[in-house]
Amino acid sequence: MTTQAPSPDFVQKLAEIRAQFPVLEREVHGKPLIYLDNAATTQKPLPVIQALDEYYRRYNANVHRGVHTLSEEATAAYENARLRIARFVNAPSPKQVIFTRNATESINLVAHTWGRANLGPGDEVLITEMEHHSNIVPWQILQEQLGFTLRHIPLTSQGTLDLSQLDGLVNQRTKLVSFVHVSNVLGTVNPVARLVEAARSVGAKVLIDAAQSVPHMPVDVQALGADFVVFSGHKMAGPTGIGVLYGRRELLEEMPPFLGGGDMIREVKLSGSRWNALPYKFEAGTPSIAQGIGLGAAVDYLNQVGVDWIWEHERTLVRYAYEQMSQVEGLRILGPGPEERGGLIAFTLEGVHPHDLAAILDMDGIAIRAGHHCAQPLHDRYGMVASARASFYLYNTLEEVDKLVAGLEKAVDVFAL
Amino acid sequence: MDQLYREAIIDHYKHPRHKGHLPDPDIHYHDTNPFCGDEVTIELKVEDGVVVDAAFDGRGCAISQASASMMMEEIIGMPVEELRQWTKEDILDMLGIEIGPVRLKCALLPLKALKAGLWGLEEWPE
Ligand SMILES: Cc1ncc(COP(=O)(O)O)c(C=O)c1O
Repeated sequence: MTTQAPSPDFVQKLAEIRAQFPVLEREVHGKPLIYLDNAATTQKPLPVIQALDEYYRRYNANVHRGVHTLSEEATAAYENARLRIARFVNAPSPKQVIFTRNATESINLVAHTWGRANLGPGDEVLITEMEHHSNIVPWQILQEQLGFTLRHIPLTSQGTLDLSQLDGLVNQRTKLVSFVHVSNVLGTVNPVARLVEAARSVGAKVLIDAAQSVPHMPVDVQALGADFVVFSGHKMAGPTGIGVLYGRRELLEEMPPFLGGGDMIREVKLSGSRWNALPYKFEAGTPSIAQGIGLGAAVDYLNQVGVDWIWEHERTLVRYAYEQMSQVEGLRILGPGPEERGGLIAFTLEGVHPHDLAAILDMDGIAIRAGHHCAQPLHDRYGMVASARASFYLYNTLEEVDKLVAGLEKAVDVFAL
Repeated sequence: MDQLYREAIIDHYKHPRHKGHLPDPDIHYHDTNPFCGDEVTIELKVEDGVVVDAAFDGRGCAISQASASMMMEEIIGMPVEELRQWTKEDILDMLGIEIGPVRLKCALLPLKALKAGLWGLEEWPE
């Protein structure tokens, strides 16, 4: 049913990619796994699995501490991974790549350090109505303690940001504009340049939640022009337990530390301590060493496939899925048209609750997400409690989209009774 | 799939029995499942220790809503003392399907509300 026959090169490349992901060989309820929950977390390719395995088998040791061979090897591998991750997003220096557990921790780090030092009564933090809870709740917690005002950019009925009131929302009191690059529910790719420019015009800082963009499209943190950019390793073929905070150098230098402990200090006296240099000032305690090394292997792998290729492939998938899913009776897609979105589609199906839908599709080996996807305010805005979501990555195929659509038709039948 | 969504479940979901409110309930309890947003409110009329009328209201997936609907049919005419002893197994027998750990929460939400109401709890102890 696919409109154009794909080229032999393309078929070959996709087959090679799929062969790198062992989990794709698995069956679920007797059917080949069709994994369409990539916005939640992605599968891991062999190079990443092997990098973890090799670290634990051959050179497991703590970093930055020992002078013995294993510790030196582990430190080199871990710091080398940081360097490659910095290059992956074009950060000027690996010192500006702070390792955290995930995007959520990265945002909390900014809230607790930069936020505490810079926000108070009369100040405003501006977010959007489409944020993931990780870019809402940290600011709400801080707001209670510091007494600033948290405001948001509303959504249009099409699932894009309503920028008609932007001039008022961004004003002299605004200290931070914090927004999602690509929405994990609507798929909307937000107008970064416009928002950054508005923030700059009043001297506000900018944080971009790139959890759903860095894995899928070329992202250059310098070109984005943000002060902070956050993302998670596990959503980009890397391990869980490793995330990134990129920050502008001057800001990171000025900010107080986050957690206190080992590694983050230069000198400790019982009368007081001095902080370590970047990035270690923000990395207290033994870090996620294997995971950092694993994320390094993940970015190598993504580079090898080509992030441009991944983005184009996801465009093909999402265009096709949008067209096919639109034809399912009673199916309503959330968010903008296929040209304005990343590789994911959240939707509702009349008469079938998203959880039932996910359970029915699971019987056919198809993994999708159902729920509020950690974006309750967004669902409230559209008068919904939950939605279903199919999200794509480099290994998904047009045939899998066909199977998804067939599964949706089947769900309609089961519930048509 | 046919195991999880046998016809009776879908029938109860699409045509819920005793859905609505009682004019003057003796027991009223509302509960939610924050994980998936399922909601159930249960209302009971009790005379001489026996449930003489029951109604539920709510929204959510087929499992939670069918579970509530089937439960209403079962409990009318039953002694409160007996219902207080109801367990997970009673609900699973009633539904007649096998359920994994995640969806079990959906299936058991009406039971949770029923029991809280019958024991006169303000709120579930955590
Ligand atoms: C847009 C967006 N931001 C933030 C997050 C949080 O990511 P994590 O749970 O890895 O911290 C997610 C993932 O669910 C997301 O989709």
